[in-house]
This record gives sequence, C-alpha cells and structure tokens, in this order.
Amino acid sequence: MSSTSMTTTPEVASKSPSPEQLANRYTKVQSRDVNVYYGEKHALKHVDLDVYQNEVTALIGPSGCGKSTFLRCLNRMNDVIDICRVTGRIALDEHDIYDPSLDVVQLRARVGMVFQKPNPFPKTIYDNIAYGPRIHGIAHGKAELDEIVQKSLERAGLWKEVSDRLDQPGTGLSGGQQQRLCIARAIAVNPEVILMDEPCSALDPIATARIEELIDELRENFTIVIVTHSMQQAARVSQRTAFFHLGDLVEVGETETIFTNPVDSRTQGYITGRFG
Amino acid sequence: MTDTTSSPQGVSPGGASGDPIRRPVFVGPHLARRYARERRFRLLGLASVATAGVILLILLGSIVSKGYSAFWQHEVDLDITFSAEELNPDGGPVERETLLRANYLDMVRDALKREFPDAADDRRERRMLYGLVSPNADLALRNMVLEDPSLIGTTQTVAIKMSDDMDTFAKGFIDRDLPEGDRRVKDREISWHDHLEAEGRVHAAFNVDFFTTGDSREPEEAGIYGALIGSILTLTVTLLVSFPIGVMAAAYLEEFAPKNRFTDLIEVNINNLAAVPSIVFGLLGLAVFLNFFGLPRSAPLAGGLVLALMTLPTIIIASRSALKAVPPSIREAALGLGASRLQVVTHHVLPLAMPGILTGTIIGMAQALGETAPLLMIGMVAFIVDVPQSFTDPATVLPVQVYIWADSPERAFVEKTSAAIMVLLGFLVLMNAVAVLLRKRFERRW
Repeated sequence: MSSTSMTTTPEVASKSPSPEQLANRYTKVQSRDVNVYYGEKHALKHVDLDVYQNEVTALIGPSGCGKSTFLRCLNRMNDVIDICRVTGRIALDEHDIYDPSLDVVQLRARVGMVFQKPNPFPKTIYDNIAYGPRIHGIAHGKAELDEIVQKSLERAGLWKEVSDRLDQPGTGLSGGQQQRLCIARAIAVNPEVILMDEPCSALDPIATARIEELIDELRENFTIVIVTHSMQQAARVSQRTAFFHLGDLVEVGETETIFTNPVDSRTQGYITGRFG
Repeated sequence: MTDTTSSPQGVSPGGASGDPIRRPVFVGPHLARRYARERRFRLLGLASVATAGVILLILLGSIVSKGYSAFWQHEVDLDITFSAEELNPDGGPVERETLLRANYLDMVRDALKREFPDAADDRRERRMLYGLVSPNADLALRNMVLEDPSLIGTTQTVAIKMSDDMDTFAKGFIDRDLPEGDRRVKDREISWHDHLEAEGRVHAAFNVDFFTTGDSREPEEAGIYGALIGSILTLTVTLLVSFPIGVMAAAYLEEFAPKNRFTDLIEVNINNLAAVPSIVFGLLGLAVFLNFFGLPRSAPLAGGLVLALMTLPTIIIASRSALKAVPPSIREAALGLGASRLQVVTHHVLPLAMPGILTGTIIGMAQALGETAPLLMIGMVAFIVDVPQSFTDPATVLPVQVYIWADSPERAFVEKTSAAIMVLLGFLVLMNAVAVLLRKRFERRW
C-alpha cells in the first residue's frame, strides 16, 4: 500500500499490556549507544533500545533508516558483511553479545530470524524443520525429531496443511506457507528471541493476516522484534514501537502512544503519511 | 507527473516552464527503419549460425568419409597346413614351448606358394607374394594353435589379414588404371588379388583389432585401445588432482576468504592461468614433474598432473560462478539458524552448486581429453605398442595417437587417423552430453 493514501493514524491493537504487566517487564535485549558503520557510512547512530520479554517490538521508519541494520545486529548477522563495523553494547539477558568469548553460533540458536523473502531450503518440508535441531543436537533419535517437527509446524499453524506431504520440497509451497515454514524452522530450535525482517512484505493480505495472528500467538513463548513497512501491521501486532529515521532512533514507546500521541514531529509526520 | 497521463492526446501543458510534452511517434519512416534494422540483425544472426553449421558439417563429413573404412579390414582365406613337423617334431605330447617358438609365418607363406606356384621361383616375386598378407599374421595362427592343439597336422581355411597396401587396394583407394610406377600396388599383386577375389577368398570383416590393440608399425595391426586406456588413466589422475583442489580453492575464495587486494590478485591470476598456452604447462611439467620430482617419462601419472595444472583454473572459475549463483538467502537462512560457516557451505551451498561445479569439471575434463601440446613435452608422444597397465607405464593418449598416425607415411594410416578422431569426438560428445544432462536434471530448484 502506498503511504500517500493514508491520512489517518492506524487503529491500535487492543492487546496493549495491562498496568501490572508493565510493572513486571523484563528487559530481554538491551542496546546502549549502538553505532553501525558500513565502511565510511554511519548507518546507525547511538541507538539505545530495550526489548521486553514476551512482547512484540516493532521497528518502523522509511527505507534506509537503519531498522533492518539494527535488527541484524541483534543476532550478529552483520558479521558476515566485511565492511560492517558495530560499536556499543547489546546485551541479551545482560550478557554482551559482541563479547569475543561468545560463540556466535550459540547466539543465533538463541536469537532466531525470519527473513523478508521466504527462504526455505530446497529440501523436504521435514528436513527444513529438522535442520536446526539436527545441527544443534537438540533431538535424540528419530521419534524425538518427528515430535519437534510436528510441534513446530503446529505452532506455526502449518501442520494441517502439510502433514501428509512432509517429504515434499518446501519450495513447492505457496508464498504464505513458505513463510510459515520459515517461522516453524526458526522456532524448531526454541530460540528466546525471534527477529522478523519484514516477514509479510512478499505476501498477499490473507497470508499476511495469518502471519500476524501467528506472531500474536508466538508472543506467549518468545520475544519478538519485527521490522515492518506497514504501520497498520505495527499497530496491529506490536506492544512497543520504535521509529527510526536516517540512522537515528527518533522515538520509542508503547505502540498506542506512538500512534496516537507521538512526541517527535518526525514521528508524527511519518505515521500520518506526510513523508516516508 | 501524474497529471500528464490524464491529459488528452497531443501536446499538453507541461511543468512550470510551459514546454509542450513530446510523445513518442508510432508511425512513419522512423518505425520502418527500426523494423528493417531488426530484420537485418536477425538475418545476420541466422547467417552466422548457418555458416557455423556448414563448417561443422564439412568437418564431420570429411572425417567420417575418410575414416569409416578403418572399421573394416580385408582378409584372405588361405588353406593353412599346421605342419606337425614344426609344431610337434618328436610326436610326443604337445609342448607349449614349441608352440610358442614355432615359425607360423612359413605356414602362411607355404599356403600362399601353394596358391600361386608360379611365383615361387623368383626371390623378388616371392617376397612380393608374401607381402599380400600382414607380416604379423603369424600371431593369429599361434593363438589358434595354443587354444586348440588338435589343429596340429590338419589343414584349415583361415582368414588371414591382408597387408595395409592390399587392404587399401581392396577398399578401392588405389586406382588400378594409374601407370604401375605411380602406385604402391604393382600389376602382379593386382593379378593375385583378382585371382583370389575370383575364388571368393577375399572378404571384408569388422576390424575388431582396431578397438582391442595398441599402436603398431603395421597399419592393419594398429589399434586405439592403448591410447584409449592411456587417456582414461591420464584423465583419472587429472580428475583426482584437479577436482578436490579446484573445488576447495573455489569454496575458500568464494565463501571464506576476505575480499581484499590479495584475493583480488589471486582472482586475476587464476583468470590469467586459464589463458596460458597449454604448451607452457607442458614445459612446467617437464621441469617440475620429470626433472625435479623424477616421475617416469611418458607416464599417465605425469601427463595427468600436467593436465590437472591446465584444468585447475577452468574448474575454479566454473565452481566459483556456481557458488555465486546460490542465492544469499539460503546462506542467511542457515546462518540465522545457527549453522557455522562451514556447515552453511557443506550442508547447503556446495550441494546446491554441485551440478554447476560438475558441469564445469566435465568441460575441463573434455578440454584435457583433447589436449596434445603439453603431453608432447613430457614424452607422451612416443610410439608405444603395449597397452598401459598402470599409471607409471609408458602410454599415449587419443589426440596424440591422432597426431602420430597423421604423421605416418603409410596410406592406410589416413583412415586410421580419421577413425581415431571419430572415437575421440565420440568421447567428447559423450562427456558434454553428460554435462548438459546434469545441468538440465538439477536446474535451479529455488
């Protein structure tokens, strides 16, 4: 959808946390003064952002504002880019994830990721789900692995559709099913945090609605950070929203507050569609 | 911007400056020129394809028309008496030693003399008469007797290979109307041939020996089996050396190596290596493998190593582009699940790139199969009769065999040369077909 057609602020989810939930919030991921450089380019500037457990945090902002860059810092996916340099501190459960002694493989097992374009492996549906548990040695024996595969597919709401064709290639599924397969693949290793990089941008509205429902269900067991271009989506699925602009974290707060009563004029401008 | 689409056809008010908006013209000479240009381009393309096709047809046509006759060999039925005096002089049990040492050539000659008694007196004529059949005809007789000693003392009608000149004549490649001094087959020989043919003793048979023997000085005895085995042994060495090294190098450069000046330099040099003339690799092999490491001369081991050097750049370049073609989303997916970089490569990227890598490897192997120049430098151009049994035996390869035969003066080697080319091309086509099949079978699955 084009932002120009939108003139009113989106409707905000009714599932905002209750006052006692707010009081008991646990900071799952804490970032302080995070800077990212791509070569000479200063892509992310002094970002301080907390992600609370069992909540959905949405990162919004115009293209190139650094929201995906920030997301990819959280499981160190930026490591594979040669020219990328990250400074500052990002802590998962109060342990610095950029600590040299930390094993990045373990980190990524704890912080899973779902990508913009559905990217199932060109293998069977079963092998797609089983890959993570296999490499991390989570399952002992075939029966246990079968159980993990079934549970993950069930939690991703895909089991009923694919239970009779687990041996067929995951690439043969529809776009929405592929994305749910990728979510199932991510939760099969039982991560603590799931990062989603515009998970619905390649999907049609019905598939998008299913994924959004799923995100809301997954919140019970996982902490979710989602990058999205759709402000409606941010409003629908998230409890907290962070607005990025030109590498700055402009504003972060309760989704309801951000969408109804933003502090910064840039946030105001973006959510009402005046730019972006 | 958007208002221009809603304005009526023709000139519409533009931006602030008020310039008229120019719309494309879809009629008139401009359009005709555009179509004419496209037609010309297509015609030129078609002509290029047709030219290439015609040249290929001429090439194949000339090879096949020259070479098909090599698969046939004329034989003459002679009544051979397996003389008991020669094969079993003391009349006791048959001794293998005696059979091996016996003079079978005389039996062939006796048979010929019985056939043409008038030629037996003159020494020159006698020699000419003996020249009707292959000088190696005795070997076939020896094998017959060794297999079945009961033949001793009997007279059998045996098909004896004709000599290369007579075979060529029988195939009709020598014009009998030429003056006698201008042809290799003399009038006397022609008359013998006609006599034998009238008796129904001359006939053509499929030349099995061409596929089962090694090289020989006698064209009728020469075969390509030795060169074929040499090629297979050599290519085995090439594959075993260049495939693992090439794939490892490509995987490291593509997936692990940092992108910096040094790796850029390596990349440029790999591309340069692919363009180095193959004879230079031959010289390198001569200096390094033969002179420094002391590997045996003319051996498939040394030849295979030289060809491996030559094939490496091809395999590395093909493998790198196959690895590059694997979408980054697959790598990210695996990394995001917590796979190590090695796991990403071995579990996902390499299997997906394998069809491309194999295609490149097969093309590299096909190149190596057809390569002659580097092998000349390490002595694989020698005349080798024995079929090589191991990687260190002296051997030659198919293209070198073609070279050797093309260089031989005997008329009968002309057809052998073309026949060897056919066999070589057959293998090349086979390998390339496998490459195409692999590519089709495992086309992108994402």
